[in-house]
Amino acid sequence: MIDRTVLKEQFVKWVLIAFALSSLLFLFLIFAFILGEGLPLFLKVGVKNIIFGMKWAPTKGYFGIFPMIISSFLVTFGALVIGAPLGLSCAIYLSEYSGKKMKMFLKPAIELLAGIPSVVFGFLGVIYIVPIVRNYLGGSGFSLISTSLVLGVMILPTIISISFDALVSVPKTYREASAAMGATKWQTIYKVIIPSAKSGILASFILGMGRAIGETMAVIMIAGNALKIPTSILDPLRTLTGNIALELAYATGDHRLALFSTGVVLMLIIMILNYIANFGIKRKIAK
Amino acid sequence: MLLPLIAGLFISCGNNNTGKGKQTIIIAGSTSVMPFTEKLAEHFMIDNKDITVDVQGGGSTAGVQATLNRTVNIGMSSRDLKDDEKILNKIIICHDGIAIVVHRDNPVTALSIDQIRGIFSGSISNWRQLGWVSRKIDAVSREEGSGTRGAFEELVMKDKEIDDGTMVQDSNGSVKEVVATDPYAIGYISMGLVDEKVKPVSINGIRPSIKTIKSGKYKIVRPFLYLTNGQPDKRTQTFIDYVLSKDGQRILKNEGLVGIHD
Repeated sequence: MIDRTVLKEQFVKWVLIAFALSSLLFLFLIFAFILGEGLPLFLKVGVKNIIFGMKWAPTKGYFGIFPMIISSFLVTFGALVIGAPLGLSCAIYLSEYSGKKMKMFLKPAIELLAGIPSVVFGFLGVIYIVPIVRNYLGGSGFSLISTSLVLGVMILPTIISISFDALVSVPKTYREASAAMGATKWQTIYKVIIPSAKSGILASFILGMGRAIGETMAVIMIAGNALKIPTSILDPLRTLTGNIALELAYATGDHRLALFSTGVVLMLIIMILNYIANFGIKRKIAK
Repeated sequence: MLLPLIAGLFISCGNNNTGKGKQTIIIAGSTSVMPFTEKLAEHFMIDNKDITVDVQGGGSTAGVQATLNRTVNIGMSSRDLKDDEKILNKIIICHDGIAIVVHRDNPVTALSIDQIRGIFSGSISNWRQLGWVSRKIDAVSREEGSGTRGAFEELVMKDKEIDDGTMVQDSNGSVKEVVATDPYAIGYISMGLVDEKVKPVSINGIRPSIKTIKSGKYKIVRPFLYLTNGQPDKRTQTFIDYVLSKDGQRILKNEGLVGIHD
């Protein structure tokens, strides 16, 4: 009898391990596939001509994606400028000020925001933000600033939930000690709680960046997709993700490979961001 | 974009293997030709209840590829075949003008080919240069690889390149949407898709219309092609015959295209 129970336990354990590893397998397959399709062009054209190339005309033999790399970082930075203060404020309110009832209302609302499909954000951007930017600021409206605004809102849930967790995990004794020293609530927050939760908050920003840099649908709809590096916040631009989604439909031969090369670069950037974010979180736990 | 193609392939295999019931014709390719093919297919299926016509997009190049691989019965292309693709059977079903469109409130009604080339190559960048307000021109192009872009480059841009600062949208519909909402935009779309939301401009004094295309006066015209790999099978031939028949051509004409018999 005991043997059977042990056997069953073992069986369940191994099945679970197999399933757990399968997600790793998927990750590996995706890596292998993207690298397999994307690397040949790097070898053929040269890493420098792709990553630092200024001209993208894949049907004519130019595969430079440097402007898109810059553009991707620009919209991501723009999204952070908008999303980070908003998200952090919201997280501070949730963890330090809001009552139970408000929290019960706000938390699900933010989760709902995370669940809104990106095409809906894109659509709202085209219908409302683009015309507003065009009418009040100038340009075509399909621009760096419109895209940053929409992405800024889209990364809010990521920033809020992760910095909230970081703020909440600051030990209660810190707050009590600060209060005992005669600090007001706000003094406690910005002198004690935020510094203690710093690495978690930074991690939330970096994960938010990862979300923004990987966003595609909304970006294609709002960014205008011009190939040039934008020289003002009102200029249109094309991101790495936008480039892939925009051109995949018609691409063949080297053009198609070039899109996979774009994917390789994008994957590397996101891997680096995730690494930094994890590093930040780990340091917090080590403390 | 490839998924429906693959899905369609499975459906067709299923149907061919059973041999009974409905037969399927799979058509894929140019997104410019697709809406018209869908219309034709609707009418065709009313009279041929035993045949299902499955129309998919993917783009001209995908259409050519799919025909070469025999994954579709008919490929659609809105550009002429390249040399290494000429082994395919080419059937011209109609001609389509490419209209240069601006916002309805734009007072500019006529441009020359040179001016359009200037706008898209970046040498003309302000509406004042074209006799309107001092405001940057928001030119909208199509993405690399698109049949409409290919035809526009060949017929308008010639040896000039489209400027890197030009906005890019990935379908005729998106270009139309941008031009319809941005008063300072200019773009190019298939003439059959021009409606009251946007305003086509005259080119070298010639308004784009079926009449001016027929007479050869309007120059920005491209063929819409059906492609088959070798001799088409019977049901495919029935559909092609229908498209080339008077009824089929009338449908295309009603959509603003120029038939082959004109």
